[in-house]
Amino acid sequence: MGEVRQATADQAAFRDELIQHGLFIASGVPGLYGRGATFEDIRNRVDARITAAAQAEAPESMRFPPLLPRKQIESIGYLHSFPHLAGSVFAFEGGEDEALLQSERADRHEDWSEFQRMTELALVPAACYPVYPAVAARGPLPVGGVVVDAGGAWVFRHEPSEDPARLQMFHQREIVRLGAPEEVRTWRDDWSERGLALLQSLGLDAERDRATDPFFGRGGRMLAANQRSQELKLELLVAIAGDEPTAVASFNYHQDHFAAIYGLAQHDGDVAHTACLGFGQERIVLALLRTHGVDPPSWPAEVRRELWGA
Amino acid sequence: MNDDTRTVIRRVLREHARLPVDVDTLGDDADLFAAGMTSHASVNLMLALEDAFDIEFPDRMLTRGVFDSVSAIAAAITELSGDGEPSAAGGGT
Repeated sequence: MGEVRQATADQAAFRDELIQHGLFIASGVPGLYGRGATFEDIRNRVDARITAAAQAEAPESMRFPPLLPRKQIESIGYLHSFPHLAGSVFAFEGGEDEALLQSERADRHEDWSEFQRMTELALVPAACYPVYPAVAARGPLPVGGVVVDAGGAWVFRHEPSEDPARLQMFHQREIVRLGAPEEVRTWRDDWSERGLALLQSLGLDAERDRATDPFFGRGGRMLAANQRSQELKLELLVAIAGDEPTAVASFNYHQDHFAAIYGLAQHDGDVAHTACLGFGQERIVLALLRTHGVDPPSWPAEVRRELWGA
Repeated sequence: MNDDTRTVIRRVLREHARLPVDVDTLGDDADLFAAGMTSHASVNLMLALEDAFDIEFPDRMLTRGVFDSVSAIAAAITELSGDGEPSAAGGGT
């Protein structure tokens, strides 16, 4: 079992406030919460704002379940980069005797993992992952490339924490761009500006910065250094609770990483490049609740207008 | 710095860099990333070089530039091991 990251006093107080007001519903496991009606209403309004911001591009809509074929998580190298965050689905395999032993251990809340075997499934860690093989399967991209809206999908990261802004399962609103290198990078850069303006229109004190993914180990430091020096990842940061601002959106240029794995080609046969953006919906809602208070009817009129249109 | 160091680097490259071309077709100054080495393969290369030369790259050296050619790798190993010999020869400070 992974070690639970402790909360600062500020984060713990905010988490307690969220639970007390029915915004978060505690489960007993750090980083796993239900959401009350008010929380979900805000999240859906934020989602609609992102949809509106993307409308001009007329993205193609795709939706995927929060499970991925295990082979995909293997092929993209996730276990090289993020072995500590991955979650894979195991399920019972055995006969009557094993089932009995398993249930007895489960009744005592003891370890019953020896009766579990790996399945063909892994939890989706990033909402864009199913998009690349789906688009690659159609053949070369059309002229001008493709924009795919993967929706606000559930994603999993195994990083138990008492910080209410670090969830193990949350909604990531992802949009993916596939095309020529220049147009993909420009799209990524433009969207980081558009995303910043969107958050600022909601009264959030957001800033943009170069960032790195939380790669694992010493090899990960090398991947992070490469990512930073090539400006492959941009993030939008907002203070929620704790000492550091929290990343609430990221804009990622993958170069040919996914194209090389799935054979994604442009219309003329040249290798395609890809980029994605992800808005962490719960974190944006938390930033709004932290900035404007836990009672949305009392939020500033201009923020309410942006979200609810009245 | 000597020929042995470069020979060992090329052996490690052949086994771990997953290059789409034969490493012997590349000059010492050829860009390994341009030759098709991926970021993930460069991590495997870095770890394999540490084993082969019994060294540990400090954080400041965990960058793309240190691993982008045989010459660059050789220079880094020379700096870390003093004489650039493979570990069997006892590279010290």
